[in-house]
Amino acid sequence: MSADAGTVVDARGLRCPLPVIRLAAAALDAAPGAHLTVLATDPAAEHDVPAWARMRGHAVVGSAYDEAAGTWSLTVEVRGQVPAA
Amino acid sequence: MTDPTPFSAPVTTGGAAAPASSRAWLDASGAARVHPVARRAFEQALDDGWADPRRLSTEGRRARALLDGAREAIAAVVGARTEEVHVAPSHTAALHAAVLGTAAGRRRTGTRAVASAVERAAVLHAGEHAGLDVVRVPVARTGAVDADVFAASLDDGPTALAALQHANGEVGTLQPTEAVHAATTARGVPLLVDGGASVGHVDVGASWDLLALDPRDWGSVPGAGVLVVRRGARWRPVAPEDEDRFFPGGPSVPAAFAAAASLEAVLADRAEADRRRRALVDLVRARVAADVPDVEVVGHAEHRLPHVVTFSCLYVDGEALVTELDRAGFAVGSGSACTSSSLEPSHVLAAMGVLTHGNVRIGLDRGVTVDEVERFLAVLPGAVAGVRALLGAQSL
Repeated sequence: MSADAGTVVDARGLRCPLPVIRLAAAALDAAPGAHLTVLATDPAAEHDVPAWARMRGHAVVGSAYDEAAGTWSLTVEVRGQVPAA
Repeated sequence: MTDPTPFSAPVTTGGAAAPASSRAWLDASGAARVHPVARRAFEQALDDGWADPRRLSTEGRRARALLDGAREAIAAVVGARTEEVHVAPSHTAALHAAVLGTAAGRRRTGTRAVASAVERAAVLHAGEHAGLDVVRVPVARTGAVDADVFAASLDDGPTALAALQHANGEVGTLQPTEAVHAATTARGVPLLVDGGASVGHVDVGASWDLLALDPRDWGSVPGAGVLVVRRGARWRPVAPEDEDRFFPGGPSVPAAFAAAASLEAVLADRAEADRRRRALVDLVRARVAADVPDVEVVGHAEHRLPHVVTFSCLYVDGEALVTELDRAGFAVGSGSACTSSSLEPSHVLAAMGVLTHGNVRIGLDRGVTVDEVERFLAVLPGAVAGVRALLGAQSL
């Protein structure tokens, strides 16, 4: 998918749930409509980033896997913040 | 069979010989604490049925009689004929034999297997091992397949085997086996129903052509699985010739006898065990959602097993949480990647589209007490908060 990548959060080499934690931290400072792209090598990120976005009310607008590098690239569009419970 | 004494609910720990302990076993899926009837039946069968049931001596015939009695009792429970019941060394072996033998028997008919995306890994891997193209039917967020989508996949090519669990042991969601069996029957495709998480807890009905049961899940001793194959289902051995075509070498007679005796015992008071455990699961579902921030309780809220409940916590390392809970005296399961032996996260949670990290799976056996569950619920929020703090994720 070819969504605007926006700010890149490099979580390559980090084990779950750290990629989601780094992404969530970046989302705290992001304005609604901003794009954030997380790069991750842990296979759980492929599932957990969309699940996090759903729980937080953000939207996944891009998802790609670079097989040669073993890296997932997931882009979310920050929507109105759902405050931490 | 021998001793119909039900394992009445208020008995605290599972095994009669288990010492009083502050530890709570909340990881009973596929590994319930041993039911007292299973223990007694096993010991009796060690006395009376230790011999090789293939031998013609008095001792061998006695063992044979115990084994046949066990098969007959299991057949009566699932609505099958005695000769359709085969005792395996384990649930995994039963599932492997079901898939591999059907693939061999229907080699000329089809090269595909259609299975839910949330089947046990043993089923999916056996299909691949048999050289079948394993089509994984997607599931809803609840974990349930849509029977119409499953049926449509059957029409995409010649299918050797369909496989659908009666219920998912990881999240507790029941599957539409009746509707799917109607669809497979109409197309002449045999349906393997994995009843491993259900039998002993809920009625699995008659909508299957091959049915696998897991005695350890209802509190029998390790060492037996069960595969039931309807007469007429095409099945061919894949192992070298043996008197037991299904499970070469034959079963452990004491384990088979314990499985049958304990199955009858758990069915005798199933309604009461069901009522108790459903109430505890409801308590866990409500309290986890209320007391733990950023948690998602997964699996169908009503159409579910009475004793399994699963939830995932955001920003939590599943391994750290399981370790923390274990240290506090609570054994729980997890589908998070870091806690299982594999590097891949749970294919069940992934297929459902729910969080795979921070996952906790609770399986309540019939010996569980309200006190154990209450103590767990009191400890859980602090354990989650502690793990989040270690990761610097308190205020996300």
